[in-house]
Amino acid sequence: MTTSTVVLALAVFGASAVEMVEALTIVVASGVTRGWRSAIEGTLAAVAVLAALVVAVGIPLARLVPINVLRVVIGALLLVLGLDWLRKAVLRASGHKALHDEDAIYARTVEDLSGGGATAARAAAQSWRHGRRDATGFTVAFKGVFLEGMEVVLIVITLGTSSGHLALAAAAAGAAAVVVCIVGALVARQLSEIPENSLKLAVGVMLTSFGVFWVGEGAGVRWPGSDLMILVLVGVFATTAAVLSLAMRRIGPSRRRVALRTGGPS
Amino acid sequence: MTSVGRALGAFGRFWKDFLIGDAPELFVGTLVFVGAALAFRHHGDVAVVLLPLIVIVFLGGSVFRGRARS
Repeated sequence: MTTSTVVLALAVFGASAVEMVEALTIVVASGVTRGWRSAIEGTLAAVAVLAALVVAVGIPLARLVPINVLRVVIGALLLVLGLDWLRKAVLRASGHKALHDEDAIYARTVEDLSGGGATAARAAAQSWRHGRRDATGFTVAFKGVFLEGMEVVLIVITLGTSSGHLALAAAAAGAAAVVVCIVGALVARQLSEIPENSLKLAVGVMLTSFGVFWVGEGAGVRWPGSDLMILVLVGVFATTAAVLSLAMRRIGPSRRRVALRTGGPS
Repeated sequence: MTSVGRALGAFGRFWKDFLIGDAPELFVGTLVFVGAALAFRHHGDVAVVLLPLIVIVFLGGSVFRGRARS
């Protein structure tokens, strides 16, 4: 197994874990309020659709599109995604953007799903006791897993096809889903304990590094050290993110935020 | 609107959110990066330094812009 393959598996695993934590929060909220049968069925249906997308899009892409064109296009997509994750993670780490709060998302989803008050709670309890299907619970779980999983599918397809390791990328994503489900079952609703921002920062660094590397390779740039250059790029972007986080913390809040806090003009 | 129209609209919105989102400068940065990679592909040493530098500049600019908007 080469260095780039290991980094690829880690990147897919990390990205999938982050997205799966977000999806699991919605599934648990749906299961608790509307019954577990519908929540689990909704989750499995979404996973099946996502897996079908990987097969339907990933395999033809890898077989039909010339590898260098694929690397430039897919590397650019990875770069956009990786830079966006990095930017948000740096802003969150330096206190300029609110952290992703799984507890708040859980509470909000539970509140939305319990909209009917006592009637909804009674219906959920009956559906739970009789193992009946609940359309709302199914839809919420399906949408939660499908929407969060779409980024995972993109990452699996982009990293998998450009490196020629689609099966490994899909396996890494599947392993992340299993690990997050086990951790989710063990810690129940304490998903906020998972250091999501640090994970997002690490994955952002890896996606950005792969993006830079693949676009360069596809365009015809000869990287020194070949695949080993990915590790150098990971080091460069990790340092950049750390320096930016420190600088943002030192600079402090923007004038607009200070004005909002003090009630002055923005 | 037909269901096909709605599906196409949702597909378009997904890609717009994915590619541009709330940081269009990163999309522009990626286009600049791809252009530079194609332009400097035969200048190995320059490309190796310039390409990561483009990414650092656009990321730094986007983070500062995000701070100003926070």
